Amino acid sequence: MTFLLVALGGGVGSAVRYLVAQRLDAQLPWGTLAVNVVASFLLGIVSAATLSESASALLGIGFCGGMSTYSAFAVQTHERGPRLGTTYAVLTVGLSLAACALGHLLYA
Amino acid sequence: MVSVTVHRSTMTSAPVSWVAAGGAAGATLRYALGEWFPEAAGAFPWTTLAINVAGSFLLAVLLSRSPRPEVQALLGPGLLGGFTTLSAYSEQTRQLLDSGDAGLAVLYVAGTLAACLVAVALARRVR
Repeated sequence: MTFLLVALGGGVGSAVRYLVAQRLDAQLPWGTLAVNVVASFLLGIVSAATLSESASALLGIGFCGGMSTYSAFAVQTHERGPRLGTTYAVLTVGLSLAACALGHLLYA
Repeated sequence: MVSVTVHRSTMTSAPVSWVAAGGAAGATLRYALGEWFPEAAGAFPWTTLAINVAGSFLLAVLLSRSPRPEVQALLGPGLLGGFTTLSAYSEQTRQLLDSGDAGLAVLYVAGTLAACLVAVALARRVR
C-alpha cells in the first residue's frame, strides 16, 4: 500500500519537474533550480507537520522526492563548467537549504 | 491506418507520461532502499548519499548514449530523476544542523555534491 502511494507521488512529482524544467531550463537551469527549491520548502513543511505514514509517503518520499532531483543537478553543474557551474550549485544548495528551514519554521 | 497515426503521435507528443512512469518506479526504488538500509535520525545519511551518487553516475552514462526520446524520458528525468532527491538532502541537512551537528551537516552537503560531481566526471570518461 505504502509502495503505491510513493509511486503515485513520485510519478506526479517527476512529471511536474519535467514540465517546469522544459519551460524554464536555459543557460542556467532555472526550472530545475525552482523545483528543487520548492520541493525542499514543501518537505520542510511535511517534516514539521505530524502526518500519517501514508500521507508522508505520498507527499514527502513520493511527491517531494520525485519533484526534486540530484542527478540532473549534478550533470547540469558538470556541464556548465567551473564558473556557471559553481554559481548554479551554490544557488541550488543555498536556496534549497534556506527554503527547507523556512518551510519547517513556518509550520512549526 | 488512422488509429496507427494517432497512436504514434500520442507517443511522441507525450513524453511526460514516460517521465511519470519512470519517476514512479524511481521513487519506489528509493523508498525500498530506505526501508532496507534505514537512516537513523541524526546519523549520517549514507543511503541517500549512495542513491544520489549512483543516480548521477547513471544519468551521465545514459546521456552519453543518446537513446530514443521516449527511452531517454523514461530513464532520465523519469527513473533517475525520481530515484535521486534533493529535498531529502535539504531536510537531512536541516536535521543535522538542528541537532547541533554542524560539522556533520557540512560534511554531508559538501560530500554529496563532490561525490556526485566526481561520479558524473567518471561516467563521462568511461563511456
